[in-house]
Amino acid sequence: MADKGVKNGRRKALKLMFRDIGLAGLGGIVWGATATKLKASELTLRPPGALLEEDFLKACIRCGNCVEACPYDTLKLADIDDHASAGSPFFIPRTTPCYMCPDVPCIPACPSGALDAATIPKEESHEKKAIPDVEKARMGIAVIDQESCLAYWGIQCDACYRACPLMGEAITLEMKRNERTGKHALLEPVVHRDVCTGCGMCEHACVTEKAAIFVLPRAVATGMVGKHYIKGWEREDERRLKELKDKKEKTSKPEDILNNWESLFGDD
Amino acid sequence: MIEYFKNNRYLILRRTTQAGLLLLFSGTQWWGWKLLTGTYSSARVFELFYLSDPHAVLQAMAAGFVMSSDALIGALIILAFYALLAGRSFCSWVCPLNMVTDLAKWTRGKLKLSGHENLIKINRKTRYWVLGIGLVVSWFAGIAAFEIINPITIFHRGIIFGIGLGWMAVAAVFLFDVLVVEHGWCGHLCPLGAFYTIISRFALVKVSHDTEKCTLCMKCKDVCHEEQVLFLIGEDSGYIRGACSICARCIEVCDDDALKFSVFNYKT
Ligand code: SF4
Ligand code: SF4
Ligand code: SF4
Ligand code: SF4
Repeated sequence: MADKGVKNGRRKALKLMFRDIGLAGLGGIVWGATATKLKASELTLRPPGALLEEDFLKACIRCGNCVEACPYDTLKLADIDDHASAGSPFFIPRTTPCYMCPDVPCIPACPSGALDAATIPKEESHEKKAIPDVEKARMGIAVIDQESCLAYWGIQCDACYRACPLMGEAITLEMKRNERTGKHALLEPVVHRDVCTGCGMCEHACVTEKAAIFVLPRAVATGMVGKHYIKGWEREDERRLKELKDKKEKTSKPEDILNNWESLFGDD
Repeated sequence: MIEYFKNNRYLILRRTTQAGLLLLFSGTQWWGWKLLTGTYSSARVFELFYLSDPHAVLQAMAAGFVMSSDALIGALIILAFYALLAGRSFCSWVCPLNMVTDLAKWTRGKLKLSGHENLIKINRKTRYWVLGIGLVVSWFAGIAAFEIINPITIFHRGIIFGIGLGWMAVAAVFLFDVLVVEHGWCGHLCPLGAFYTIISRFALVKVSHDTEKCTLCMKCKDVCHEEQVLFLIGEDSGYIRGACSICARCIEVCDDDALKFSVFNYKT
């Protein structure tokens, strides 16, 4: 009789244990799904010097020191209704762009390493002082919706071109013949993605109701051709072709793919 | 009047430290004081060094990012301070959400809900599961899992930088505590409280009980938000351990001087 009691007790304890583990697992799954969902804030613009989004989200402790350091109140920590992971810093250029402070005060204010001066090449004249060259920051890329850009309509407007801190480099005006009137010129703004910092001064300055030029995160606004396309007309790229060929020769037999096991874990 | 101050002396002190620290942070945001910059996640002190939340740093580590030395050292200082000296006192002396959960307790009292059966049953140990699962989720979601839903920091940031829909998270905690489970958040779920409970085991500052003086009025158990830690009342003299947050409410309500602050003696 007593024996049965012990057995029942044990069974009950075991049952409770499984229930708790089950509940914990359920909680973990729901939480994990929420976390993954909340992480997917693709359209967020980060301060200069931010690590790539994936790493930035791990690194940022959500303290707001960068926000306090910014003299223009550009940065904001996300609330739960903002389009960014809660507590992480972001900016909306249409409201306040990044004014690209020469001393980039937001970066040294960051205690976690989420904003890292090492991600930006240093200014040559400041090499010793290790001040990152804010003109080499890559927060995003300005994109133009030609349909709503007045300049593309043929109306004179160069608001974005003049607002750009890298005027003439990040945005240039390309002269074209206005086919509609047949006698006027079009001065079309064109963004150069190698130079554009993503500061958003252009988006801020754009005169249309909803900006015709706007900044998108680099990962969103850029495509990728794929490694197997080679620009035959560029010497650099040609060399790549040769390297690829050499590699192929090295692993000619099928079993070599297995023998050369390192290549299984990386793409080159 | 004097009686009131005497009966609430620690409560008044606690509100002063809680509100005072928030005022210092807000002073930086609104009036440029620079004594405390940022938030509790990581706060710059006198523009000299940082103090950071060890739990947040731990989550980032679980997610696979080791923060820079500024944040790491800051976390170690805080860890040492509470582990060696101040125990779980973060909860009642610093945490801004404590003001909300204390208000919830007060509201429960006014609504005559205190002591009534809770709407659902939650084990007080659940918070340790939340702490552990949070770290596991951080690991596989690659983001500090608690920080992105943390009502404490949502509230804290809200006070300093202005709040948007974040008030809903705070309201949810309040209503949960009032209507669903008494001391529901701080006493059952909060992983930060669990974290500080775990590290506080050998902290020097403790509340101690003297059974000789105790008249078994049980007022202390009424005010305590972790009444299980007072199991030794009237039975044993000794230190109050476990989840005690050193709020000292029990000391205030005890008319018999049977509870007081004391320094933990490692030999006992
Ligand atoms: S560079 Fe200047 S304006 Fe831009 S985010 Fe940093 S502090 Fe603000
Ligand atoms: S200072 Fe760094 S860690 Fe703090 S909010 Fe800004 S990016 Fe995040
Ligand atoms: S975002 Fe606009 S203003 Fe800023 S660098 Fe790029 S083109 Fe120029
Ligand atoms: S249990 Fe959590 S919310 Fe409650 S006071 Fe402690 S840290 Fe703050």
